[in-house]
Amino acid sequence: MAIPSYATRGERIWHTVFLGICTLVFLFLVGPLLVIIPLSFNAEPYFTFSEEMLTLDPAGYSLRWYQDFFTSSEWLGAIKNSFIIGIASTLLATVLGTVAALGLSSRHMPARGAIMAMLISPMIVPLIISAAAMFFFFSKINLAQTYLGVILAHTALGIPFVVITVTATLSSFDTTLIRAAHSLGANPTRTFFKVVLPLVTPGVVSGALFAFITSFDEVVVVLFIAGPEQRTMPIQMWSGIREQISPTILAVATLLVLLSMLLLTTLELLRRRGERLRGVSPG
Amino acid sequence: MNSSLRSFRKGTLGTAVALVGMSALGLSATAQAETLNIVSWGGAYSMSQHEAYDKPWMEKTGDEIVNIDRSGNALAGLRAQSQAGNVTWDLVDMLPADAMIACDEGLIEPLDHDELLADAPDGTPPSEDFVDGGLDDCFVASIVYSNIVAYNTEMFPEDQQPSTIEDVFDLENYPGKRALLRKPINNLEWALIADGVDRNDVYAMLETEEGIQRAFAKLDTIKDEVIWWEEGAQPPQLLADQEVAFASAYNGRIFNAMVTEDQPFEIIWDAQVFELDGWVVPTGKLDKVKDYLYFATDTQRLADQAKYISYGPARKSSADYVTTHAETGIEMEEHMPTYGPNFETALQKDDLFWADFSDELTQRFDAWLAQ
Amino acid sequence: MSHSSSEPLTTADGVPLKVSLRRAVRRSKLKALLLVSPLLAFLVIAFVMPIFDMLWRSVDNPEVSTHLSRTVEALKGWDGESLPEELAFAALVEDLREGQEERNLGLLSSRLNYEKSGMRSAISRTARRAADLEPPFRESLVEAHRAWGELDTWRLIQREARPYTPSYYLAAVDRQVSPEGEIVKVPAHLEIHVALFWRTFWMSAVITGLTLLLGYPIAYLLATLPLRRSNLLMILVLLPFWTSLLVRTTTWIAILQSQGVLNDMMVAIGMIADEARWQMIHNKVGTIVAMTHILLPFMILPLYSVMKTIPPSYMRAARSLGGKPLLSFRRVYFPLTIPGIAAGGILVFILAIGYYITPALVGGQSGRFITNYIAYHMQTSLNWGLAAAIASILLFVVIVFYLIFNRLIGVDKVKLG
Repeated sequence: MAIPSYATRGERIWHTVFLGICTLVFLFLVGPLLVIIPLSFNAEPYFTFSEEMLTLDPAGYSLRWYQDFFTSSEWLGAIKNSFIIGIASTLLATVLGTVAALGLSSRHMPARGAIMAMLISPMIVPLIISAAAMFFFFSKINLAQTYLGVILAHTALGIPFVVITVTATLSSFDTTLIRAAHSLGANPTRTFFKVVLPLVTPGVVSGALFAFITSFDEVVVVLFIAGPEQRTMPIQMWSGIREQISPTILAVATLLVLLSMLLLTTLELLRRRGERLRGVSPG
Repeated sequence: MNSSLRSFRKGTLGTAVALVGMSALGLSATAQAETLNIVSWGGAYSMSQHEAYDKPWMEKTGDEIVNIDRSGNALAGLRAQSQAGNVTWDLVDMLPADAMIACDEGLIEPLDHDELLADAPDGTPPSEDFVDGGLDDCFVASIVYSNIVAYNTEMFPEDQQPSTIEDVFDLENYPGKRALLRKPINNLEWALIADGVDRNDVYAMLETEEGIQRAFAKLDTIKDEVIWWEEGAQPPQLLADQEVAFASAYNGRIFNAMVTEDQPFEIIWDAQVFELDGWVVPTGKLDKVKDYLYFATDTQRLADQAKYISYGPARKSSADYVTTHAETGIEMEEHMPTYGPNFETALQKDDLFWADFSDELTQRFDAWLAQ
Repeated sequence: MSHSSSEPLTTADGVPLKVSLRRAVRRSKLKALLLVSPLLAFLVIAFVMPIFDMLWRSVDNPEVSTHLSRTVEALKGWDGESLPEELAFAALVEDLREGQEERNLGLLSSRLNYEKSGMRSAISRTARRAADLEPPFRESLVEAHRAWGELDTWRLIQREARPYTPSYYLAAVDRQVSPEGEIVKVPAHLEIHVALFWRTFWMSAVITGLTLLLGYPIAYLLATLPLRRSNLLMILVLLPFWTSLLVRTTTWIAILQSQGVLNDMMVAIGMIADEARWQMIHNKVGTIVAMTHILLPFMILPLYSVMKTIPPSYMRAARSLGGKPLLSFRRVYFPLTIPGIAAGGILVFILAIGYYITPALVGGQSGRFITNYIAYHMQTSLNWGLAAAIASILLFVVIVFYLIFNRLIGVDKVKLG
């Protein structure tokens, strides 16, 4: 956003103020996430910077909260559950969602608007309502307090993300490519694997990542329908925050921030790859 | 925890060896080792049960005991499991008020106490040995615990330490924040007693509109100075951080902070509201847990539990067997809610009253908080 | 072309082209539906049926008609003006005896206790003695519990014998049926839900407004910077978006609490006294700050995608035509961004009114939402009918906004990341 050469002095000042405001908002967005990272290395069981930490005295820092985390059977069990539930529901949501997206992007799909609205609804309905409803219903059909119940619930919550990203990829998909492949002598199977799949994969993978993070971060539904055996990371954090907030939670939070950075980078790479493959200028 | 785990392993190992030995001699063990899913409150309380009941039981039988910390939502959990037709809990620790509801709903087994439970060492049958209200249709009490107000002694001058429930409501002589449970229970009782109502008339009074208004009016006088807590771990924390001067709490939590963490706390036993807590058996599980229940509620086991937490045994015969705190060796007697001087002005929580009025008074209490 | 009416075009195998085309379309329609159907079936079972089950539960009223069937029968035709006949009392004793034997009176007594405090013990105490009660039952029942001598009790039983009840919805909006059968407000000291609904709505509106205020400049900056630089800054928006909700809530606790980072800093620089630390958490402030932070990306992203489509030449044209900067912005740029504001605004508002975790953790007493009451009635008071009714009302509000959103923007236009 360069300032045009005809800008007046007032505009220049306003421009500087504007940039200042933007900097503050960015600080508001990212600052809190950055604050907890050093706090998680606090040697003291407090939630604030100690004298030693501010003077960069090594005695003020320690890994004790990480050690706490990695030696606690509760936390490790919770992580394991989170991965089991997250991966299973992601696979299910990705397969169902991708197949459905192929149908939805057909020109002849009847009642597309209505069906799309229904497929997206788990994303719009407040989680607490989904959770209450699933609790009532899953109790009736013997699914409450089981892994399968939690996995099915998370699949439902993850599906909108897969459907949205995959249909978006497919809508920018150039169907003449398929005809081109056919006319060049490729059979349908070969066309699918050599032409369609590589072009669609980035969309599917980013949909799957969304579905995974949705499950991995979900508290409310698990809180209602899971039993103690299905205790996940977010549940462990939730009860930790409610009861006695120890810096172990900050250590976990830091690890999770790193995880989201990793996911974000993956997504960004996927997006670029998708654009390059489709021949969209990367800018 | 480590030591308990270690001895637990040793225990099972020992039993396993014994079992192998027995079968080698051609004696098949009659009782198959089982896994019992026992639901309780977690924290120091579950620890005390584990030490006093579970460890000796596992050593004796080879059963495995899985502790589940869900007593806070036990009634909801029992309902959901029974509705789903898949009851996974074998024994549940719950409050008698919840037990009454669960019993009426058929979620838990009616118990024939004299048939199922052990006699006292002198032969007194259980029906005479348990404290009043300790045995209900579907309920066996194991402890007497108490809701009390505690204070941090460092926050008041030495010659001006609080001692009665009136002092908690006296902002002028005892300034500072108060942490109270975010529920009407206990608070309404204390408000009336602090307002001069005789403790024997409290519940009759609360059944009238004037009584309720009077209680809320008294609470109004300290409302601005109150921090409301919801989790049992919060009050000792708030007191320790000196965020509050007074905090209502379960007496066992304060005892733990005083004795094991050396916190400068003191309990105001005046107008303690005591109640019972104990076992219920989910419908269909009686055969499975009968033996454990017999064992875990006998005179010695209840007395043993008092080594680990300052809750009084629910059997009168256990009193003579209560000794010293396992970790610090201090005499437990005077820390018990049931200890004579502590018990003088105690009030028993009226479960029937709260069964009827908890819905309405909770709503009213929330509306009052929101004002 | 002229002979097309007499001689239709045919495909190679002689089928008229029209028919063949229609068949092809039908086939691909079928194929599309077939592809979507597994997902539809899955969602119907895992999501749609639970929602309908919840709606049904909010009006379902089986307790009285099942467990007091004889009493209900005996009360048919009773005028409700004076205590019913001995027949009804005898029927009640019979019902309670049976219920006590089968131990299934718990749900009934809870149900009646919602309507009239004291009914729980009236039922359970009487049921325990039911086997020993002697006729005339009218006297012995009133003696067993005073509730049976009250006209209201019998009217309540008669009223709640219906298989469906509006009373959960009435309770959800602080109304009740008076003993005379009219719908009236509950006493002022019991009013709670309506105020909470309003609080949820206005706090969500405030949060939406704040995200717009903070998000608009950011979206503008991102949309006008060269792509390479804006992509870099976009990461700063997406990082919180991708970070766990609980992590973000935790960080605000660490920052805002009275022994937290912000208060410590202000004390250290002497801005406030150590004894006068600000209370920024466990109240409205906490909820608003944390939720604004959490929902800000949901405002920035739709704004950004709309602003991206506005050619910069428009503003230059406005300027060159003599518009002052502010005027050109207000008259040219701002109107073009209104679709983005609508999309972001509705999205943030819908998400905000359904939030549960953040208000529960940082909201304290004054920052609670209606969602916290759904959880309370689900888990603590166990009044599931009321929880279902409150949830249904909230669902209705969300669906209305969702439909507006869908009409204005279209769900398939939602972009992620």
